[in-house]
Amino acid sequence: MASPTAPAPTTRVRRQLPTSPWLFAAPGLLIVGVFILYPFLSTLVNSFTDRRTLLPGRYVGLANFRELLHDDMFWIGLRNSTLYVLGVVPALVVLPLLLALLVRKNIPGITFFRSAFYTPVVASIVVVGLIWVWLLDERGLVNAVLEAVGVGRVGFLSDQWLLLISAMAVTVWKGLGYYMIIYLAALANVPRELHEAAAVDGAGAVRRFLSVTVPAVRSTMVLVGALSSVAAFKVFSEVYLMAGPSGGPAGEDTTLVMLVQRTGTGLTGRVGYASALSVVVFVVTVALMLLVLRADRKDES
Amino acid sequence: MSVPDRVRPAPAANRPPRVTDEHGRRVRGWELALRYLLLLAVLALTVGPFLWQLSTSLKGPTEDIYSSPPGFLPAHPTLHNYERVAQTVPVWDYALNSLKVASANVVTNCAGSALAGYALARLRYRGRRAATLVFVLAMLVPVEGIIIAQFTTMRELGLNNTLIGVLLPGCVGAMNVLLMRNAFLNLPYEIEEAAYVDGADVWQRFLRIALPSVKGTLAVVAIFAFMGAWDDFLWPLIVLSDPSRFTLTIGLNYLHGTFANDERLVAAGTVIAVAPLIALFACLQRYFFRGVGEGAVKG
Repeated sequence: MASPTAPAPTTRVRRQLPTSPWLFAAPGLLIVGVFILYPFLSTLVNSFTDRRTLLPGRYVGLANFRELLHDDMFWIGLRNSTLYVLGVVPALVVLPLLLALLVRKNIPGITFFRSAFYTPVVASIVVVGLIWVWLLDERGLVNAVLEAVGVGRVGFLSDQWLLLISAMAVTVWKGLGYYMIIYLAALANVPRELHEAAAVDGAGAVRRFLSVTVPAVRSTMVLVGALSSVAAFKVFSEVYLMAGPSGGPAGEDTTLVMLVQRTGTGLTGRVGYASALSVVVFVVTVALMLLVLRADRKDES
Repeated sequence: MSVPDRVRPAPAANRPPRVTDEHGRRVRGWELALRYLLLLAVLALTVGPFLWQLSTSLKGPTEDIYSSPPGFLPAHPTLHNYERVAQTVPVWDYALNSLKVASANVVTNCAGSALAGYALARLRYRGRRAATLVFVLAMLVPVEGIIIAQFTTMRELGLNNTLIGVLLPGCVGAMNVLLMRNAFLNLPYEIEEAAYVDGADVWQRFLRIALPSVKGTLAVVAIFAFMGAWDDFLWPLIVLSDPSRFTLTIGLNYLHGTFANDERLVAAGTVIAVAPLIALFACLQRYFFRGVGEGAVKG
């Protein structure tokens, strides 16, 4: 046991081997370094090379990024991932808040409902995707119901746009419970008096929601907006499962991360080009976060 | 469904005589009825699909699963589809693979993040800030953006197409390290100081004093590590290529892609994949909810 050289004037604990802090931190640092930070740096480096899975690459400058600009698949992927953010985020900011208001009051059985609404969060996205593939099937339950009420059958999984919208609906369905819990925690901090004062002033439920609840949980809404927009832009599994590995009719439903996966893996994978695609994913992800946080600051001033 | 105000004095069922909200105020009858109606509607929407899947998996080969109007309950419930799915793909081997990866992920995440979190929160050394920064940066890296490089790294290590390869990248999550760090920081320092004065070394202080005080956070880490590994799809899809080594999620995708026409089989497979987690959730709900709160603050 190494003893401290100087008498400890502070209350800090000093009795430790000089190496032991590193020993404690080593497993974590090693894993994070080798499997997160090193791949991050190597993605940046590879994006300037023509590396393939089995071939070491050479430096090619900005060739990959120039190729991106002329790659139709890239634009389709970027379009779909962007649409995904626009479609999913408003729903995931608003609906879980309404749901949280619904399960907020401690009425009998409410803990059961809260837990039940959370179930889709616990399930694997693969399970959720396959459940909805079956529900939205040409001959599935949703179409059976639609036919029974006289609407007729809808090709949810065969039309390019309906497919994307269905996938978005599944993402929202799976995310509802998660964000509901976040909102519940935030709502617990809204002072009851505010609601009462508004009620005394004759404000209706909708008015109270807009002028009391929303301002009180606004910072949480921004948080949910940031979390869900980043997640939505990186969407992979829902679309992969519902539209298939090739991304639906003529690949028109391919998302950016699906394109990364398709381009960069396997024995013939174009690692360099997929890395350039990944760099776009980074840049947009960071931009989205900054955008949402900045909107928050502007609102506040 | 609701308890109208006027019947209250009567010896009504076993219900509490007044239903109050979280502030002790009474909730009106019609409002309560409307609430329960909405709750049941959302319940049907969130849990209904799982029940439909379960029902489909129990329907026999002669029963029409496409009927309109749909038959919600199987006419002759049978476990036959579960036998058939195991004959079609080695679904129990897949489940075992998933269980191995998920259990190992729990052990490595609990041990790795508790150790590193303790080092960040309690131990003094040069480079502590740098070490903290490493974990913060790692947490911010979007995994989807580095999977290709993770794949090539795994190939260089010769670990692609192995369960170890599935496990390694997430086996000590940066966010878990930071969660544990915060948990240790929130402990009062005096006890550890007292232990130090009594001559306890760093391992004794860690194992006997600090660690038992953060059991709650450790449970959260364990649960999310298990769920994360059990549910993960993209990474195992990339790193595993040999069908005999598939995990359950990849196996289901394979089953769906290859035998897409038999909805009863796919339904049985999904039930096998989701049942353990729903059971886990039912038993340990509060840790699941706590994890959402802590994860969101960090994320």
